[in-house]
Amino acid sequence: MPKDHGIGASSKRREDVRFLTGRGRYTDDINLHGQAYAWFVRSPVAHGRLNKVETEAAAGMPGVLRVFTGADFEGVGGLPCGWQVTDRFGEVMQEPGHPVLAQGKVRHVGDPIAVVVAETEAQARDAAEAVVFDIEELEPVLDMKAALESAAPKVHDDLESNLCYDWGFVEENREAVNAAFDKAAHVTTLELVNQRLVPNAMEPRVAVGDYNTGTDDSTLYTTSQNPHVIRLLMGAFVLGIPEHKLRVVAPDVGGGFGSKIFHYAEEAFCTFAAKQLRRPVKWTCQRSESFITDAHGRDHVTKIELALDAEGHFQAIRTETYANMGAYLSTFAPSVPTWLHGTLMAGNYTTPLIYVNVKAVFTNTVPVDAYRGAGRPEATFQLERVIDKAAREMGIDPVEIRRKNFVTEFPYATPVAVEYDTGDYHATLDKLLEIADVAGFEARLAESKARGKLRGLGLNCYIEACGIAPSHLVGQLGARAGLYESATVRVNATGGLVVMTGSHSHGQGHETTFAQVVADMIGLDENMVEIVHGDTANTPMGMGTYGSRSLAVGGSAMVRATEKIIAKAKKIAAHLMEASPEDIELKDGAFTVAGTDKSVAWGDVTLAAYVPHNYPLEEIEPGLEETAFYDPNNFTFPAGAYACEVELDPDTGKVTILSFAAADDFGNIVNPMVVDGQVHGGLAQGIGQALLEGATYDEYGQLLSGSYMDYAMPRADDVPFYTVDHSCQTPCTHNPLGVKGCGEAGAIGSPPAVVNAVVDALQRAGHSDITHIDMPLTPSRVWAAMQG
Amino acid sequence: MAKVSMSVNGKPVTGEVEGRTLLVQFLREGLGLTGTHVGCDTSQCGACVVHVDGRAVKACAIFAAEAEGAEVTTIEGMADADGSLSTIQQAFQDHHGLQCGFCTPGMVMSAAALLAENPKPSEAEVRDYLEGNLCRCTGYHNIVKAIMAASGQDVAIAAE
Amino acid sequence: MYAFEFDRPATLDEAIALMSEEEAQALGGGQTLIPTLKQRLAAPARLVSLTAIPELAGVCVADDGALCVGATTTHAAIAQEAAAHYPALAALAGNIGDPAVRNRGTIGGSVANNDPSACYPAAVLASGATIKTANREIAADDFFEGMFATALEEGEIVTEIRFPVPEKAAYMKFEQPASRFALVGVFVAKFAGGVRVAVTGASEEGVFRWTEAEEALSANFSPDAISGLSLAADNMIGDLHGTPEYRAHLAKVMTGRAVAAAG
Repeated sequence: MPKDHGIGASSKRREDVRFLTGRGRYTDDINLHGQAYAWFVRSPVAHGRLNKVETEAAAGMPGVLRVFTGADFEGVGGLPCGWQVTDRFGEVMQEPGHPVLAQGKVRHVGDPIAVVVAETEAQARDAAEAVVFDIEELEPVLDMKAALESAAPKVHDDLESNLCYDWGFVEENREAVNAAFDKAAHVTTLELVNQRLVPNAMEPRVAVGDYNTGTDDSTLYTTSQNPHVIRLLMGAFVLGIPEHKLRVVAPDVGGGFGSKIFHYAEEAFCTFAAKQLRRPVKWTCQRSESFITDAHGRDHVTKIELALDAEGHFQAIRTETYANMGAYLSTFAPSVPTWLHGTLMAGNYTTPLIYVNVKAVFTNTVPVDAYRGAGRPEATFQLERVIDKAAREMGIDPVEIRRKNFVTEFPYATPVAVEYDTGDYHATLDKLLEIADVAGFEARLAESKARGKLRGLGLNCYIEACGIAPSHLVGQLGARAGLYESATVRVNATGGLVVMTGSHSHGQGHETTFAQVVADMIGLDENMVEIVHGDTANTPMGMGTYGSRSLAVGGSAMVRATEKIIAKAKKIAAHLMEASPEDIELKDGAFTVAGTDKSVAWGDVTLAAYVPHNYPLEEIEPGLEETAFYDPNNFTFPAGAYACEVELDPDTGKVTILSFAAADDFGNIVNPMVVDGQVHGGLAQGIGQALLEGATYDEYGQLLSGSYMDYAMPRADDVPFYTVDHSCQTPCTHNPLGVKGCGEAGAIGSPPAVVNAVVDALQRAGHSDITHIDMPLTPSRVWAAMQG
Repeated sequence: MAKVSMSVNGKPVTGEVEGRTLLVQFLREGLGLTGTHVGCDTSQCGACVVHVDGRAVKACAIFAAEAEGAEVTTIEGMADADGSLSTIQQAFQDHHGLQCGFCTPGMVMSAAALLAENPKPSEAEVRDYLEGNLCRCTGYHNIVKAIMAASGQDVAIAAE
Repeated sequence: MYAFEFDRPATLDEAIALMSEEEAQALGGGQTLIPTLKQRLAAPARLVSLTAIPELAGVCVADDGALCVGATTTHAAIAQEAAAHYPALAALAGNIGDPAVRNRGTIGGSVANNDPSACYPAAVLASGATIKTANREIAADDFFEGMFATALEEGEIVTEIRFPVPEKAAYMKFEQPASRFALVGVFVAKFAGGVRVAVTGASEEGVFRWTEAEEALSANFSPDAISGLSLAADNMIGDLHGTPEYRAHLAKVMTGRAVAAAG
């Protein structure tokens, strides 16, 4: 029987009511009295020396308050990078400066050169066209391998080269891995591109800066997944505003998918300009602008080799990846192709030896950073593709080759530095075969054939490391931040609760699901619990929402704080009932003394806490409010198995997804409906990557896919109803809720299933030469592959 | 500047607009109806869909002056008269047809237009009708399900 | 958008007068023009909206059986009102863009713009339609002059498109995955006097007639008739969505499918 409330119930989302009636409050809905508008003048070229910026004409235009250029930011800090990677030789990465507005050079199309602030947006835009700049164009650096040649032009003149780092992992294993390849019975090699994607949260970024001349306080309203991180980065590293004089508010945020983690120039600009002009300054990103300014995702070029014994047991994996950083280091960019990618190369398998080499490269393109999955989709894609290729080469069934190599005993320490605490990969694979009706495939294949279509079935497994992360561990790995999470639980006198979380909800439904957890722990109606997030002024320092961490880390903090509340409330209840705190039980919102019929209601205890007339003041303080910070002691490891069935039109190359099945193990589930929704969304993004999406630059560094006219977003008719199942549950062993994280699984696990299915369809139709097609598998690419 | 008059959510409104003022700007900035969203600048995302004289229209691709005299309905005018969620809105909540909520106003307006034209659409017809509405969160699954449910059709889907 | 004067005349005469002013541009449904203005890729001094002129909207059947479509008739209206008389045209209209676009976009706007990926030019050309303006009639074969270029003169307003209705016809579109415009679209129309085949989306020169296919299909109206033909890739568009060779291939595939669909 499904539960109807509390943990495990598909409670309807309370936030929906405001969104469904047009009463959400997104950043662009915020308009402050006296607000001025910013319009950015951006580089039209990929690479050039910025010789001169003339602003006089623009400054004289109607409504213009001021025109800012890089010179205005000379005494101001640059946008910081939050992660420092150490290369395989023990040297730290090359880390270029990242000015708020370009100084001396422009390094990608979209790099900001100047900003006009005016009374209206139209005036600012009109005047922006009057800003005159002189750019001496330089040869753009675009191809990653060419960028590393000694004669290549440099993106950053002050760096030695375009190489950010050359990372080896695990470097000590390198020779042993090579030796394993030398004696392997079979080696499968695959070269592939994990293409650049544009995140495309439906809400474009917006920033509104405000300055209080009376108190010298600055406030930034911004579309962020992590307002405290923005406050720390912008306050401490860019503008020099101490955190107690800076408030960052991320109200309703229309999706993030990673792209709203990072600190962007426009946020710093609006905060800075508001103080300079003594007026609120608002910037609303145009979609075409977000294509050339939001951090992009993926963009890896990889060669992976898999060594097997004669029976198909994996002996070793060796990879070489070129990872595009773009023109600057976005906030967490260096961590993505390294610690979020290399550590997942074991997948669900017992491969004993792994060596991952990643060369991170600067190019004259938009910076690249975490996008839904971040590093883990890249790891999963290459691994699950090369396994499929190996199975085909060796004549082993793709299901069997995976089963042969599954990790089955936990905890399992991989050769790439992480320890899986729990899992059951056979169980999710069994469930997948059932829900995808793999047994019935041959009959469906015959039906497609009869209609002149090709049909294919692809499947794969995945594992991801979520719930980032133990601070001591990420500190060793180069993070310049801790990755705990926080919660304050405030119980009011009349019994209602306000939970202030450092996590941020931008679609995940925390206002509902977090309330389910706290209400369940105490035994209250969920409507008695209010979740507050997104404002540094009223939430404890938190690291925000990304990496499928909110419930596993933020939820754990909330559990810890609620446990403190319960412990204190029991002491109060014990006092009221003249019993010992150890004998107090809390059930369904009432305290009882074990073995007696004595009882006090939750509201009696909370009232006593704030009206402490009859209260153990000598033992405990009045009030009922507790804060907890939770620092996880490991990642969580959601895992599962996915299957995709496609039909291919041999005349046009068009691929249609007929069905997609996902069997996931997320550990315990708080709200099954919300979990399903997270998987659905991830699947669409993964299918989008596999078939539709790709950011393409031309040889001049212009983004060809710079709008929805050319960047294909998945639409409702591109995808089927998905079949999802999360009944296989091995609870996480190290967090109090036993939860793992579900936000990225769909995006991580689905691209290989789709590509495996297309290759399967082509192979079955006799195209034995086609072992791989690079994503996106557009009709033209598939057709071209079929032409040989 | 020119004067424009129309009915928005059943109430007569007037305002001063430039020729280049889009209907979505008039609604958001002129009338403070911020439920209608702007998600792109090429008229493709559909977050701004409203009804003009009963038909779904992208409010970012029509000038305010072109809606002179028209009956305009926005997401703010979709709830039932007593303020409770309409059948379509309720179906979106019941079936988790929204996550971040940004595309939601356009989705609801398109869904309402669809069901007005075609009260019992097939799954394929629903998906086809949503061609001009992008959602990045839901993978469309629960949006399609919600619209089917709002039309009074069975939405049982395997393995759920 | 740059600022401009905006007019919404109620009569054609007023519209013609306004269009004679400097840098005036006609506005149909605006589904292409408004996004273009937003990108500041066009800067008219005056926009003349044609959508309040009653005589320019609507579908009717002429005495000779031709279908007369007013220039400001929306795609949605054509999908509905032309369905009984010219189902292939109605089906084409009902599959342009998305429902909201179809509720605003007009046939006159589309034809006057002559986007190389638009659907209507294929129907107009394959049907041998006549484009009527305020002061003349232009045969489809003379109207389309290459990408975004037409025989229209400065300030000339399309008022009506007159379609001879073929015995059989169908339009097959292969959509560009992002924009959903035609990567290649082929309209096949079979008249008593022969078959006309118009291809949109494919060529650098805009919509064109595939005369070899017309001849083959005039002799034998079946998909097999074109199996031995091929289109040269020379003038085809090549971009990130498809090479010239792919477009040439698709044009043939879509022609065959259109013939099959026309029956």
